[in-house]
Amino acid sequence: MQPKMITLTVNGRKHQVALNPDETLLNALRQLNYTDVKNGCEKGDCGACAVLLNGKAVNSCLVLAWQADGSEILTNAGLGTMDNPHPIQEAFADAGAAQCGYCTPGMIISAKALLDQNPHPSEEEIREAISGNLCRCTGYAQIITAIQIAAERIAASALVGSGQGGKQ
Amino acid sequence: MKYKAKPLPPVELPDLRVVGKPLRRVDALGKAVGSTVYAGDFSMPNMLHGKVFRSSQPSARIKRLDVSKARELPGVICVLTAKDLPDAKLVTDMPGQTGQKRRAGTDAPVLASEVIRYRGEPIALVAAETLDIAEQALERIEIEYDTLPGVYDPLEAMKPGAPVVYEPDNIVATWKIRKGDVQAGMAMADMIIENTFSVPFVDHAYLEPEAGMAWMDDQNVIHIRVCTQVVEHFRSIARALGVPQNKIHIQGTFLGGGFGGKEDITVEIFLALLAKYTHRPVRLAYSREESIMAHSKRHPFIITHHTGVKRNGRITAAEIEMISDAGAYPYLSPYVLLYATVTACGPYRVEHLKVDSTSVATNNPFTSAFRGFGAAQACVAYEQQMDEIAKALDMDPLDVRRANYLSTGDRNATGQQMKSAVWLEETATRALETLGEKTSECGPIKVGQGFASYMQSYGRITWFHDTSRAWVGLELDGTAVIRCGVPDLGGGQVNTLCQIASEVLGVPLENFIIYSTDSALTPLAGTTTATRQLYMSGSAVHQAASEIRRVLLEYAQLHFEQDIENLELADGKVYVKSDPENFLPLAELTKMCAAEGLPLSNLALFKAPFTDPIDPETGQGDIFPDFTFGAHAVEVAVDTETGEITLLKSVGCHDVGRAINPIAVEGQIQGGSTQGLGYALMEEVQVVEGVIQTPSLSEYLIPTSRDLPTTKAIILESGTGLGPFGAKGIGEPSLTPAAPAVANALTNALGVRIKDLPLTPEKVLAAIEEAKNA
Repeated sequence: MQPKMITLTVNGRKHQVALNPDETLLNALRQLNYTDVKNGCEKGDCGACAVLLNGKAVNSCLVLAWQADGSEILTNAGLGTMDNPHPIQEAFADAGAAQCGYCTPGMIISAKALLDQNPHPSEEEIREAISGNLCRCTGYAQIITAIQIAAERIAASALVGSGQGGKQ
Repeated sequence: MKYKAKPLPPVELPDLRVVGKPLRRVDALGKAVGSTVYAGDFSMPNMLHGKVFRSSQPSARIKRLDVSKARELPGVICVLTAKDLPDAKLVTDMPGQTGQKRRAGTDAPVLASEVIRYRGEPIALVAAETLDIAEQALERIEIEYDTLPGVYDPLEAMKPGAPVVYEPDNIVATWKIRKGDVQAGMAMADMIIENTFSVPFVDHAYLEPEAGMAWMDDQNVIHIRVCTQVVEHFRSIARALGVPQNKIHIQGTFLGGGFGGKEDITVEIFLALLAKYTHRPVRLAYSREESIMAHSKRHPFIITHHTGVKRNGRITAAEIEMISDAGAYPYLSPYVLLYATVTACGPYRVEHLKVDSTSVATNNPFTSAFRGFGAAQACVAYEQQMDEIAKALDMDPLDVRRANYLSTGDRNATGQQMKSAVWLEETATRALETLGEKTSECGPIKVGQGFASYMQSYGRITWFHDTSRAWVGLELDGTAVIRCGVPDLGGGQVNTLCQIASEVLGVPLENFIIYSTDSALTPLAGTTTATRQLYMSGSAVHQAASEIRRVLLEYAQLHFEQDIENLELADGKVYVKSDPENFLPLAELTKMCAAEGLPLSNLALFKAPFTDPIDPETGQGDIFPDFTFGAHAVEVAVDTETGEITLLKSVGCHDVGRAINPIAVEGQIQGGSTQGLGYALMEEVQVVEGVIQTPSLSEYLIPTSRDLPTTKAIILESGTGLGPFGAKGIGEPSLTPAAPAVANALTNALGVRIKDLPLTPEKVLAAIEEAKNA
């Protein structure tokens, strides 16, 4: 089969790219220089490549780029920046949740997907939500703490209605 | 409560402003927002893609190798084989600063020329315009093998007549300890307890597979961006390429995990070669499968203990044999074996000790460094043995250890005197107390508790004459810069250096920038291995910052007309202690000093203690700068019908000397122990006839967030370490006691011991069955 022109909207930016049918969304995103989407296994075992596809967390290595044609994709780098980090990113930094940092973008995507659905998750629900994201450095404890802190901060900022501190 | 925390001796730690505070690491936000750039994230214009052609056979002779069809493929720029690189060897058994003697003829070739010694051994390199073309080129390489008889079991490999991996025999290294009179010691014993324990191959399973890129510049310097624990490998690469050392430049990156697996050379040698031969930028990134195939593994060990004990639990003598599987090339096997040998009898007083250890070549995947570096394998054995001694004597496991624990002033297995705090009982009792009462059992579910104590060195073997360098400087606006070659594996190495300098100079942490892990542009700091960077580079930074502090305070003394003792640097100011309103911003002070031509930067060299090698016949002599001590305790539930083990509670307690950043230390204890718990419960690289049966993360299982409870980290600070502010090291020690603690808890639950890790449900059921039939 020939390459096909597809449209991907990534972190609000629209891209039109010609891709072969066997190209994964992971490779497509990395070729578009979204290198915060990490390649850890290309088999869906590690979760390092997780992104939000139309609001749903997926392993981008398990999605073909053609399947994502016309979709909205949000990567961790699309959530916030050094100057304006998302509360989850801020909490990860504060709690020591990023050691080597390689699992972090995917981990934060899973956390975002969880908190979007369930703003006050229990520890068990957090463990379940990140169970597809492997981390070899932390033993997960500080990641769980970070997600708990983020949930509190998001709830607190919603209460005061400020909405400051990053896109939510 | 059965166990009560032993009171700590009085410790007076100086009150510090930055050190000891749970501050946000300087690298944390960049990683959280995804701005950190890793080795696989770079690309360059005109870039080629590299691939490695590897052996499908574990033991063979290359009968025919034909790369012509690959070379002919349009888009292929370069195919290299051993013919292109005569004599290129990977001299990697002693990375870093000092060359050590090693057995001649055992260095791994960069590319195999004739004999294949393990499956996955590199044979050819390809560089092509696209990754697709590079992959197609691999398929066009034609190879025929004459298979050779292989040897896959270290015990078989030691037998006469076994296939020889390299001449003259399969013995890669041996060490021995002869201390006291073992025969006499055994004669004094009331009982002799003998057990054999074994541990499997383990993979580092860092999330970031090896990757990098290289290019050549207008001075013919080859620049390599790579994730490595050792930027000093530029010397080995220069030697393999036959170019001067100043023509290889390694620009390290933040690592996506290392744990010892990126201590030996990985992709960087291939990148350098392809850049040299193509004169174009080249990228090379391993897939997960290639990573598992290509990098080292933790050594499997078989360890036999014969321990003579008195009825009161006191050890009278120990005789220990250790055999490790070095795999197809030695790499760091001799030194991993040495670490195991030195800690063979654990943190216990054993006056009469005999240790014989051997590392054996096989056609298995090669083995080398992995967090714990032999000391972890030794601990799995000695701590299970201590529990077996307790059982044989019908004593409490803590009481047996208490009767034998080392104290400050005692001598270890090599006769080295313990000089820092030795808080063994202090850590064990705290871990046990925190574990609390045993959870009640229910039906087929049995519950057990267990613990393990350990000792582990921080800093390298002292006869390596280890050094580190760091440069610290102030800018005219009062901000600061550190240059230090330290690779950051994720453990907080660069942040720690900033926090130390921040304490000394009074420059706030957020006003630091650190340049690290660059073999040409940052002073060489040595390897991020051996739990050495806080001790070594932390001390170098402390030294450099202290020198600048001296310059600042001597000038401030004149300005304020005050004694130096009455001046302090903190919060970006210099001020008079007795009158804090009388201050000067550091930016002002810095400008004044600069105007006087005073040096506002300093390059410091820190040296560890230098010693001669230990006596090869007796294994006696000083060997490490110092040791970390601690304990891990766990509670497990075992389903006796399914064999499934569930970890219910986990506590690690360690004397870290001084916690520079408590969040980072907690992270080391939780993360390190999780690797140790995985080692106990699930991790094994299964190898059959030299072929890895667990080639991906769906077969090679590491703990997920649902497998284990949070490990409670108890941080003790004796302030007696050799590092800055009395710090010891915690990177490797955090892992070491976790696995034997699980093994002991399982035995406590079941009444039977499984002496071979990992403790899988199959082994649990078999052990229960065996106990029934016995």
